[in-house]
Amino acid sequence: MFPKPIEKQPRAAQITYQAMLPLALLLWLGPLLAVALFSVKPAADFTNANYWGMPSSFEGAFNYGQVFFNSDMPRYLLNSFMITVPTVIGAVALSCMTGFALGIYKFKSNLWIFFMFVAGNFVPFQILMVPVRDLTLQLGLYNTKTGLVLFHIAFQTGFCTLFMRNFIRALPFELIEAARVEGISEWRIFWYVVLPLMKPAIAALSVLIFTFIWNDYFWAVVLTQGAESQPVTAGITSFNAQYRAAYQLMSAGSIVAALPPVAMFFLMQKHFIAGLTLGAVK
Amino acid sequence: MTVAADASEQESWFHRNQQSIAPWLFLAPGLLFFMVYVIIPVFQSFNLSLYEWDGLGAAEYVGFSNYEDLYWEWVDRDAFYISMKNNLIWLILYLAAIPAGLFIALFLNQTVWGIRLYKSLFFFPFVISQVVVGLVFTWFYDPTFGLLNEFLGFFGLGPVNVLGDERFVTYGIIFAGLWPQTAYCMILYLTGLNAVDPEQIEAGRLDGAKGWKMLWHIIIPQLRPATFIAFVVTIIGALRSFDLISIMTQGGPFGSSRVLAYYMFEVALSEYGFRMGYGAAIAVILFLIMLCFIAYFLWSMYREEKGH
Repeated sequence: MFPKPIEKQPRAAQITYQAMLPLALLLWLGPLLAVALFSVKPAADFTNANYWGMPSSFEGAFNYGQVFFNSDMPRYLLNSFMITVPTVIGAVALSCMTGFALGIYKFKSNLWIFFMFVAGNFVPFQILMVPVRDLTLQLGLYNTKTGLVLFHIAFQTGFCTLFMRNFIRALPFELIEAARVEGISEWRIFWYVVLPLMKPAIAALSVLIFTFIWNDYFWAVVLTQGAESQPVTAGITSFNAQYRAAYQLMSAGSIVAALPPVAMFFLMQKHFIAGLTLGAVK
Repeated sequence: MTVAADASEQESWFHRNQQSIAPWLFLAPGLLFFMVYVIIPVFQSFNLSLYEWDGLGAAEYVGFSNYEDLYWEWVDRDAFYISMKNNLIWLILYLAAIPAGLFIALFLNQTVWGIRLYKSLFFFPFVISQVVVGLVFTWFYDPTFGLLNEFLGFFGLGPVNVLGDERFVTYGIIFAGLWPQTAYCMILYLTGLNAVDPEQIEAGRLDGAKGWKMLWHIIIPQLRPATFIAFVVTIIGALRSFDLISIMTQGGPFGSSRVLAYYMFEVALSEYGFRMGYGAAIAVILFLIMLCFIAYFLWSMYREEKGH
């Protein structure tokens, strides 16, 4: 371990370290804590220029109530779920298959197809923007959740294939050979031998993709317009226009919008980090 | 010939060739989706950049005139030039997330009570949408009540209107972007540090390596895979920067915080008119810049594959 384990340091250093941890965290998360503070303040505090002081009264319940019962926020949240969940399922399902194909079989163009997925995953969104928007319009899916879902599935398949293929490569290949000797068909090998072993990868990808898609803003702006199909990231900007000076409502809204991925991260932390750090440890 | 015999022959043909057909059946749906939505659009954009098109009427072939327009704007030190320059600033300054992430990872790489919670809380900024990060930092920089000015006022400085000042605006946005990106790099390094070989550290200690020397000669070389991934995600992130600019300044003031990604969006899909071909030309240039990095990443991956 590096640096020197703190347990082996003198007592004073240990205490300093323990004291510095919360201070550093406070500084690091300062902007978020400020938003949390804003979200429980009464509107009057902002007109009286009491921005950073203690709230003159605790209005958290009222502010969050406004967001939930008196704005389009619940609808945006629901839209976000209806976009994110099918995308996660679709992208993970497709990439389990592509990853299996590229990880297990040896055929001529294997590495090239793999690299195509990886390269496609890195392209700037702008080069896809006009054709994808056009395609979505032609399919009659502009300003629908389906339009967003289809694109997201396709694009995320690039990253997911990279992940799945590398994961499958690390599985013991003897298992598959043994199954082939037994005369089991390739589909059944995929379904009964490999898929159960992929559970950790599926979990890791699901949380990760959930966060990516939930937080997507660019495609939401390019492919949707109104409250009936926009996810919460795009919604919060119209919210911003509506409640420009109502900082307490904006803060409450932002916190509500940020919560689902945060909850996901805390529930599935191990998998989330495993997904992010793919390849970071060799 | 009976139908049944035909079927069994087919069956056995499939059976015999299963190994070579199966991968294509598994690839088909994913490949189809990816082709339609990612690969083909890239080429369509290349093609589109040779046309003048408003997104509705007929497209008119104009050859390279979109690119020529961009070039002349560059000479005029106009929008395109500013966007390019800002992209470069993003690219360079965003890399600060890597050492910053390493620094925090080293700071947190201890085993004390509650450290796991600290590690996850430090990672927090990455999990939040850039839209929210942008809003938070807009308030932080606000000239009338922002914490930054309160802080500067404490030292008798300011007030500064970061997002309203052409000199500071890009740096202000990059600083906001560094917050989540540093968290990402930190997680990469924390995982990397977990895998550092304790025997090598011990050997280094016996040789008298300490502090900086130990870090530079023993730890950092072992963190290479983490550093590589941190580079990849940071460079891609810097060139993709769009959300924060759109939320915090919409490219302003006077277009001084535009980058290519934002400028393209503005040209193709906003009140400035729907100049799809012109936008596509900007996107192609951004893509070509990105392609240098993508090619390098793929080349590194290829070497690794062959090394196995």
